Formats: sequence, C-alpha cells, structure tokens
Amino acid sequence: MNWIPSIFRRRKLYNDLAEEMRLHMEEHAEQLMGEGMSRREAEQEARRAFGNRTLIEERSRVVWQWPTLESIWADLRFALRQLRRSPGFTVAAVLTLALAIGANAVVFAVLNAFILRPLNVPQRESLYEVENADDIMGYESYPDYLDLRDRNRSFDALAAYNISQAGLDTGNDPSRVWLYEASGNYFDVLGIQPFLGRVFHGTDEHGPNSAPYIVLAYAYWHDHFQDDRGVVGRVVQVNKHPFTIIGVAPPGFHGTLMIFSPDFFVPIVNQEQVDGLNFLNARGNALVPALMGHLKAGVSASQATADLNSIRSYLEKTYPKDHGHKTLVLARPALGGDWIGRPLRAFLSGLMLLAGLILLAACANLGNLFAARAADRSREVALRLALGSSRMRILRQLLTEAVLISLAGGAAGLAGSVVLLHRLSAWQPFPEFPMNIPVNPDANVYLVALVLALVSGFLFGIIPVRQVFRVNPYEIVKAGSTGRVGRRITARDILLVVQIAICAVLVTSSMVAVRGLARSLHSNFGFEPRNAMLVFTDLGMAGYSGDKLPAMQRRMIDAMEAIPGVKSVGLVDSPPLHMGWDPQSVFADQTTDLKPSNAAAIAITFNISPEYFRAAGTALLAGRSFSWNDDKNSPRVAVVNREFAGKILGSETDAIGRHFKMSDGTRIEVVGIAEDGKYTANLTEDPQPAMFLPILQSLSSQTYLVVRSGRDPQQLVAAIRNKLRDLDPGLPAFVQTWYEEMNGALFASRMATVSLGVLGVMGVMLSITGIFGMAAYSVSKRLRELGIRIALGAQRKEVLQAALGRPLKLLAWGSAAGLLLGLLATRVLAYIVYQATPRDPLVLTGVVLAMMLLGLVATWIPAQRALSVNPLILLREE
Amino acid sequence: MTESNTRDLFPGALEMMILESLRRQPAHGYALVQHIQQRSNNLLQVEEGSLYPALQRLLKAKLVKAEWGMSSTNRRVRTYQITVSGLRHLEQQISSFERMFEGIALVLNPGKSPAS
Repeated sequence: MNWIPSIFRRRKLYNDLAEEMRLHMEEHAEQLMGEGMSRREAEQEARRAFGNRTLIEERSRVVWQWPTLESIWADLRFALRQLRRSPGFTVAAVLTLALAIGANAVVFAVLNAFILRPLNVPQRESLYEVENADDIMGYESYPDYLDLRDRNRSFDALAAYNISQAGLDTGNDPSRVWLYEASGNYFDVLGIQPFLGRVFHGTDEHGPNSAPYIVLAYAYWHDHFQDDRGVVGRVVQVNKHPFTIIGVAPPGFHGTLMIFSPDFFVPIVNQEQVDGLNFLNARGNALVPALMGHLKAGVSASQATADLNSIRSYLEKTYPKDHGHKTLVLARPALGGDWIGRPLRAFLSGLMLLAGLILLAACANLGNLFAARAADRSREVALRLALGSSRMRILRQLLTEAVLISLAGGAAGLAGSVVLLHRLSAWQPFPEFPMNIPVNPDANVYLVALVLALVSGFLFGIIPVRQVFRVNPYEIVKAGSTGRVGRRITARDILLVVQIAICAVLVTSSMVAVRGLARSLHSNFGFEPRNAMLVFTDLGMAGYSGDKLPAMQRRMIDAMEAIPGVKSVGLVDSPPLHMGWDPQSVFADQTTDLKPSNAAAIAITFNISPEYFRAAGTALLAGRSFSWNDDKNSPRVAVVNREFAGKILGSETDAIGRHFKMSDGTRIEVVGIAEDGKYTANLTEDPQPAMFLPILQSLSSQTYLVVRSGRDPQQLVAAIRNKLRDLDPGLPAFVQTWYEEMNGALFASRMATVSLGVLGVMGVMLSITGIFGMAAYSVSKRLRELGIRIALGAQRKEVLQAALGRPLKLLAWGSAAGLLLGLLATRVLAYIVYQATPRDPLVLTGVVLAMMLLGLVATWIPAQRALSVNPLILLREE
Repeated sequence: MTESNTRDLFPGALEMMILESLRRQPAHGYALVQHIQQRSNNLLQVEEGSLYPALQRLLKAKLVKAEWGMSSTNRRVRTYQITVSGLRHLEQQISSFERMFEGIALVLNPGKSPAS
C-alpha cells in the first residue's frame, strides 16, 4: 500500500495540477492573442473554453482521494465553519439537544440499572423469587420456608432472608446497623464467594442461636473497619450477644434487594438474638419476606410454580389454623419481586416515554430551525447548485451539520447526565435506611445516548430535504429569496403545535403535582407532624427484654418530659406512614373459627403509650385513652379508629364497650374512638381500619418516642441525646423530625413532582426555542414586506400582527390542546400524588400564564427585530 | 453544468488516445488537446474537464510520468511521458479495442468481412 506517502505527496500533486491548468489557459489565451484577439477577450475566451476550473480541479483531485471519506471530512470542516458563524443558533441547538438527550440518558440509566440490569450474581437467568399472587409481597413463615425448601423438586436449593436492624457494639460507640438474617445456604444458593475469610453455610445451622456469625458487607467493612484484614475472627456484640466476624462479602454484592444494602449478614437461625423474639417455630407468623433459588436445569418457571403451590395447598390442609389460602407465583428477584418492581417499572416506563416525547419535540424544534436556516441560506444553496454542486452533496452537507450538532448535544447531555447519575448513586433519600441506587452509567447508557444523538441528528437534519430539492437556483439568484407568504397549514406548523401541546401537558401535570404535594403536606394525616421529633430506639439492642422493656420505656418518656419546652411525649412501636406497618387480622366477637379467611378486616396495629394521642396530635373522638394501669394484669383494651368502628363493630357511635377478637383468640374491649388517618406509607390510601393497643399489653422493644414541643423541635436534638445517654450509654438512638421521617411516605409523590417539574422546565425550554425559531424565521422571511408596510405607515401593532400573528396563533392552539390533555393526564397522576386534582383554578391560571409568558419570551427578539426594521436601508439593499 | 456526457466516447477511449499520443511524442496538457483534435480532423473535441482527471488517473496508475520543463516555444510546461507499463497497457487496450471494433462492425454489416 502506497497511500501513506501519497497523503504527504498530495499537496505537491494538487499544486502541480493547479499550476498546470493555469498555464494551460495562459497558453490558450496567448494563442488566441496570436490570432488577433485582445488580451481581455483572449483570456475570457480561454477561461470559457476551459470550463469550470474548480470543478475540473476537484474531479482531478478525486483520483488521488478516498472520495467519500475526504468529502465527508470537507463537509465536516465546512459545517464547523458554518456553525461557528452563527454561534447563537449553534448554542441554542446544542443546548436543546443536550437537555433532551441528557434527560433520556438519565432516565434510561435508571431504567437500565433497575429493570434491565439484573442482580449482580452468577447465573441470574435461572434465579427466581417466590411471591404471593395477591399482595405481591412474598412473606412466608420460617417453618413454611423449611417445608417449601425441603419438599420442592424444582429448585436446586431455596434460600431465604429477612431484613432486620440491630445494635452493633464493636467496643466503641454502639450504633444501629441494618442486616440480613439469611438462611445458611444463602451464599451457596447465590454462588457468592467471600472476599475475605468465609461465608456461612447450611452446615453451620444447628438449631436456634447456634451460629453467631457475621459476614460483613464490603462497604461496611471498608467504612467502619478501615479495610482491616485482621477483622476476621473478631468477636463483636450484636444486641449484647457475642457474634464472630467470619468473613467479608465481595465488593459488588449488596444483598438481593437492589435498592437496599445491608451492613452485614447473619444466619437466620440466630434471628432471636437480633429481633428479640423467636419466629423460627411460628408457622402462622409469615415474617420471612423473601425466598429465592435457582430453578433446576430443565424445570420451567410454570412447573416450579405448580410444584410450589401443591406444597402450599398441602401446608394449608395440614395446618389450617395457620394459613389462609394464597397462591404462590415466581418473580424476578432484585426489586423484591413485583413489590417494588411493578410500581417502579410503571413509573420508569412512564418517565422514559415522557423523555422520549421531549426528545421528539426537540427534534421537531430543531428541524424547524434547520428548515429556517436552510431557507435563509437558499441563496447560498442556489449559488452552489448553479456552480455545479449536486443536490446530494448539499443535502449531505446539511445532514453533516445536523449530525455534528446532535453529537455535540449528545456529548454535552451525556456529560451532564453522568454527573447527575454519580450523584444519584450516592444519594441517600431516607436517612434511616442504607440505600443503594446503583445507577452509574455503563456501556448501554453510552450506546443509547450515541444512538439517540445520531437518530435525532438524522431526524431533524432530514426535515429541510424537500426544501433543498425544490430550490430552483436561477429563480433565487435572480430574485433573492422571496419567501412565499403561505396561508396553508404546513407540516412545520403541526410540529410546532404538537410540541407546544406536549409542553403544555408537562406544565399542567407538573403544576398539578406541585399543588397536590403542597396540599398533601398540610392535609390531615390523622396526626400532626409539625413540631414533633421522633426518637427511634430498640431496647433489644441494649439487651433489654421482658419486663425490663416497659420500665425502661417509662423512664425514657419521663426523661423526655423533663426537657424544658417539651409539651408531651408519647411512644409508638411504629408511627403512622412509617415504612414498616403492622397489619393484623381481627375478628368479630361472635366468630369462633379464627382462620384468616374469616377475619372481619385487616387492621393496622399500633402499640402506644397512654400519652401518644396527645403527643401525636391524634384526636380522640369518644371514650378514653389508655393509662399506665392498662397493663398485662388488666383486661385487654383498644382504641380503634372510625373506619374500624364502622366496619367491624357496625357503628361508630356505640362501639365503645364492645369487643372484637385477635387471631390468637384474645378478646379486646374497645374503650375509645380515634379519628381516621393515613397509616401505610402511602398518602393516597383509602381509609383503613386501625387499632391502638396499650404498649403494656403488647410489649415492643423497637419504639419511637414522639416528642412534641412548642418551639422548633430541632433545638431539642442535643438534649434528647444527652438524656438518653444518661439513661443508658449503650443504647443507640436515631433522632429525626416527624417530617423527615415522612419522607418515605412522600417519596413517590416527591419524585413524581420533581421529575415532572424537570420535564416541564425542559418542555418550556423546547417550546421557547421552537416558537423563537418560527417567529425569527417568519420575521426574516418577510423583512422586506414589513419594511414596505412600515414605509407605507403601518402601526407597530399591525407590524407585530403581520410578523408574529401566526406563531402566536399556533401557540394558542397548542396550549389549549395541551391544557386539555394535561387535565386528562392528571387523573393518572392522582394515583401517585395525593390530592392531585386538575379542578384547581390556580393550576388553570398558572398554566395559561406560563404559556403566555413563554410566548412573550420566545417572540421578544423577533418582535424587536420586526419593529426596528428600517425601510430605507432595507429597500436600498435590494 | 452537467456531468455525465462530457466523459469520453466509451470508458478508456480518452486514456487510450492520450497514451497513443504520448507514445509518439511526450507532450503537455494543452498540446495533447491540440494534438488529438488535429489528428481526428476536428472530429473529436477533448474537453479539459475530461483531460485533466484522465491524466491524473494515468499518473496514479503509473502509466505516464510527468515532469516540469520548458517547451519548444519556451514556455514552462508539465510534460507527460509514457512509461513502459503504459506502453504495455496501450498495446493491450488497442488489441482489445480492435477486437471490439471488429465485433461491432460484424454486427452492423453482417454481409461484409472486416478484413476485406
């Protein structure tokens, strides 16, 4: 191959060629002069005879080139020059695309991380999680798990885990940690090899509390043990029980629930030491949330499901007292099966769709701008055509420009999204839970961004094609770009209207969401989160149990009440709207067969101290609250909410004094009625039955103190901590405001609002550039006409009407359509955002104002240009 | 400006004529135009638009070589000269052209033998 030297020789070759051709013409001219022509005539004739010198030179050069490659390179350089010449246009286009492609990249990265990229474990294709067909959470009791594990013929092995928290004392400050209680075979089923030391196995399990071992998660080891390899073999205290650290899990392994990363793993047989009570033998207590395993080779998912369900019906028959009927199904692990997976999938798909729409709008928009530019450049195009350029070549040049812009925009968007994604990966939305949001971009994300950039480049680059092919060079060179003032509705108009409509949809829905969120923050939850602190403690972590629990809890309440400024203090095992609520089956008093299917209702259960209602701000509608005399020696009592009273006791008014039954047969007397509230971590829930039980009659070691004060509760944090440390320095406490705690419940609607807000802002930006493009185009095309109008004495108003009437009319149509669609779309939104209602005058005026503002911003510069037309200069120019 | 019909009669014809001219005598571009025009009794008009690309093709294929020098009329010119492989190429081209011409003649005049 001799092409390498030829590249360096090329300049000389080209120079030779040019010189040779010049001499050729010179010689011809001289000869003609010899024949009697004047020098000027001769030179002219020689040039004419020779033909288009540039074209010939170009065609001769082509011999030495790889024609396509080099002309693309030339196009590229030309495109760069062109873009540099109109920086405003370039920046606007690149920015628009950067936003649109960046948004797509971010949403896709999240989608990719949660939905497309499964758990980071070997052979994940055959890994399935067992879940319940009805309530999509896969809770089983531990004895049931053992039966499912040992009786099934479909899984290689079945592992189980439960998420729990504990107090870990490594000799320094005791701290609260999150852990997995995992079955002995957990690591072996998943095929996870230790990074350090060893993991535990099925063979370590010899009955309850027989395997006090800890396998640390890599991150926890890194952060809290400073990568100390000597940690293996160390004995630490978990809830005051000695556990031995036997190993460290590998860096990429964060357990099997993607969004949550535990600090360490302990064998599930030791769960009593962690949880304070033993559930290993409680067949009726479905407390193990996740079972998972690899299907045997050759077993299909449906075969395995049938197998599991036959075991399940055997269990239901054998232990009818402990089981209601349920159907087991298989789901992909990683997101707790469908529990988190389904809503997240729906949400992300919706978001992806919206992001796609934004990109489409951006393309339509840039297509408009490009068409406008192509029209502005029609003289240049005509000239090039007249000089012998082919239409294909001009088209390729326009496409090169488009792709260049789209690649630049894609790169900028990707860069922005990478920054955003890295921050998102480190994000901890709930201070209480160690979150793991593994959304760092991978090759897929880069690829998608590249493809999107290229596709959108071609999309909007192709829009001016027809225009270029229609160009008649001779007309334009003769007459200048006349700009037909068409009244016809063009594709371009429709694109703009669609885009404005999309923007209006986004603006409407984000406003509805914001309003809904703002309202929901001040709506009635059935408690008052303002001016209240929540102090979480787990007395089990400090070794308390049995009768020591209520005694210590009373001392904690007393200590809190002694803090100046504190108005009231209550205690609850799990506050309403907290992530871990406790639903229990309750039965009518006359029911004798207490199997789950006979339950009158499922009631959310709260174990509370006597002062809780006052501290929480929950109104007691009738009857009494508890006192410290409602202890285990006195009759069982409960306060129920109105929904409970109406649904289970038949009437709200004379519910007091009546009884109901728990699943263990306990009869409970209703002594009070409380207002309804929001209980499960979801503000959009319908009213649910709830009951409050005295904490002395149903002990709980994990509790939240509700500390209500008259002033900013934040000032109390130090005092609260001091008081607790005085009581027991070995007790870890977690202090936060009630509003902070509610972040979990508000998370979905917050996310929806923020996402919609971001998308709305983008929609607005896109529409502005879109309208701006069209208005600017319309003004520059009709500049001469406007000049004549002004010269003939047109008023400012008339000039503006002529110049901007059309874009503004399109804006009005688009906004109207978008507003209508947006109001329809918010019906869907109402499922995510509490109190999101489109029937809100503020939203309507807000949207109309926003769209008007948008129109004003977008047409400001073109309007200025139209008004400042100087007819004299303009007419002289032509 | 149209592109297609300024090319030579059939692919390779112009190159063949250039090579044939250069075989007789090295020449520069302008002289080649004149020469071909004269030899064909003004029947063939060689356009510069075809000549220079063709010369570049021949140069690239190393069938001719070019040198700057002075012409008989004392002008600075770039003179083309046929190379050995150019000669060989020309012979092949001529013989295949003659065969083709023979074939065409037979088709057009089925009665006559081209030899006669």
